[in-house]
Amino acid sequence: MKQDLFQAPDYFLMDELLSDEHKLIRDAARDWVKRDVSPIIEEACQNAIFPKQILSGLADVGAFGPYIPTKYGGAGLDHISYGLIMQELERGDSGVRSTASVQSSLVMYPIYEYGNEEQRLKYLPKLATGEMMGCFGLTEPNHGSNPGGMTTNIKDMGDHYILNGAKMWISNSPFADVAVVWAKNDAGRIKGVIVEREMEGFTTPETHNKWSLRASATGELVFDNVKIPKENILEGKDGLGAPLGCLDSARYGIAWGAIGAAMDCYDTALRYSKERIQFGKPIAAFQLQQKKLAEMITEITKAQLLTWRLGVLKNEGRATTAQISMCKRNNVEMALNITREARQILGAMGITGDYSIMRHMMNLESVITYEGTHDIHLLITGLDITGESAFK
Amino acid sequence: MNILVCISSVPDTTSKINFTENDSKFDENGIQFVINPYDEFGLTKAVMLKEQNGAKVTAIIVGESSVEPVIRKALAIGADQAVRINMKPLDSFSTAKEISNYVSENPFDLIIAGKESSDYNGGAVPGIIADMLNIPFVNACNGLEIEGNEVTLNREIDGGIEKIKASLPIIIGGQKGLVEESELRIPNMRGIMTARSKPLNIVEANNPMTMSKSIQFEKPAAKGECKMVSSDNIDQLVNMLQNEAKVI
Repeated sequence: MKQDLFQAPDYFLMDELLSDEHKLIRDAARDWVKRDVSPIIEEACQNAIFPKQILSGLADVGAFGPYIPTKYGGAGLDHISYGLIMQELERGDSGVRSTASVQSSLVMYPIYEYGNEEQRLKYLPKLATGEMMGCFGLTEPNHGSNPGGMTTNIKDMGDHYILNGAKMWISNSPFADVAVVWAKNDAGRIKGVIVEREMEGFTTPETHNKWSLRASATGELVFDNVKIPKENILEGKDGLGAPLGCLDSARYGIAWGAIGAAMDCYDTALRYSKERIQFGKPIAAFQLQQKKLAEMITEITKAQLLTWRLGVLKNEGRATTAQISMCKRNNVEMALNITREARQILGAMGITGDYSIMRHMMNLESVITYEGTHDIHLLITGLDITGESAFK
Repeated sequence: MNILVCISSVPDTTSKINFTENDSKFDENGIQFVINPYDEFGLTKAVMLKEQNGAKVTAIIVGESSVEPVIRKALAIGADQAVRINMKPLDSFSTAKEISNYVSENPFDLIIAGKESSDYNGGAVPGIIADMLNIPFVNACNGLEIEGNEVTLNREIDGGIEKIKASLPIIIGGQKGLVEESELRIPNMRGIMTARSKPLNIVEANNPMTMSKSIQFEKPAAKGECKMVSSDNIDQLVNMLQNEAKVI
């Protein structure tokens, strides 16, 4: 892997829309990624190994629950700060950002929003420091875009519950200490359950041979008559709206993260195009390469503006599920298109591990599918503007 | 022990440098400012000394409100408090005079400045402060140890290192070696949050006066084209170095 020479594009002077503290937080995450992620991430991906050594660094830069109040170990920051951290992490690698997204939005968020005070105090401070890692179980082998059809269930046994079922495509599952799992109760209502690693009957087989997110650990959650104490139920909210609330938060982070991946590819391609000489001049001087680069920075700038506005709305508590869907969908597709154009600018060099482009490209193939597929997000917008559901 | 770290706000080293007003003024448009790298070595050393032996670290900067992000970063890295002297830095003399004024009313045991700032490379501020305060000054330090009231310093000299002993109070011009690059600190979230409540005192400038003025800036001439010489044609290389480049 070549030295990380990343310089962030800011064509519309977006920095002027950020506070000094936003920039301090963003720059700290950026510096950390340059120092601790860039030098190791390519090898981790090539070998499909999750780089556990970065967990304490992720906690240090505030990647675990930055918007959770300080009382519970979070940093009490706003949502733009959270977004900026996700942007910088994904600039390094989508897998690193995924680990932080899951911990923050899918584990800490539901425990904070739907958990009681005892649960908050028991889990959140340890999750914030990375001493405890978590994962989130919603998707099942037969229920992806239709999570409401889940078959994982809990049975009330009087003084405890019994959990049965299986979840699939779960980031962090192979090493998670706790899992926030969604299961139907006897009445068919979806409830949140905190499952702990050492509970009998709970296993987490790893998913191997991925061509994407290779530096992030993915696996299953299998529950075979797992005895769940009653105090491990998230009583604050139930029904499908509860896990979907978590996904709103995670998708918001992805919208920012995708910009990071796009910025990295644009920056790499721009630098390469100025250095690569063909026909006696840098390829940046040729119109076809300029078209690619000019369109990239245009799309990145549009996404930056869209996402900053979404951040402002989220800070004001006004961001809707549909707005978050639109932003996630737009930004991930934008980033994926940029990886492909950037790869072309680098020619054959673009397919090697000397550059980050192909790694970003393969990662984004997951990102465009997880947390709501590209198609489903389109239907969410469709439903929002027409009032007609086209899901089924 | 009271340590004062002098911080300068400088353009990021990757910035594109341009000038305005007939090349007499630096164009700050679109420039990202950072802690002067030489000062950052000193700041990190001061924070380490605090952690090892206990000390109070104050970071001081001369500048208008636009430099506050830089001094906030110093607080996030570990300084206990910050002082901003509210004036646009005009030259080395005025900057040194304002810092000296502050120090004469608020004494420090150890003052660490960078050996120079990476923008104007004046390298004069700590020396002038030393003169104004009548305290010892050691420049280009790449090693610092303190025991009681005694300071042992390594100073870079041509082809080697000079070891110096001195007593507090003292001012040094620091550089890489005070700490290594790998020891420089990225502010962590706890530091950033703590920095919110650390005091940043704004002190009005006393009587800014300059002894010099920049008239014009000129960028280095563009590099000439690279001429390649075959490795088996040493005579041609020597001839070119002698007669064209005139370097031997």
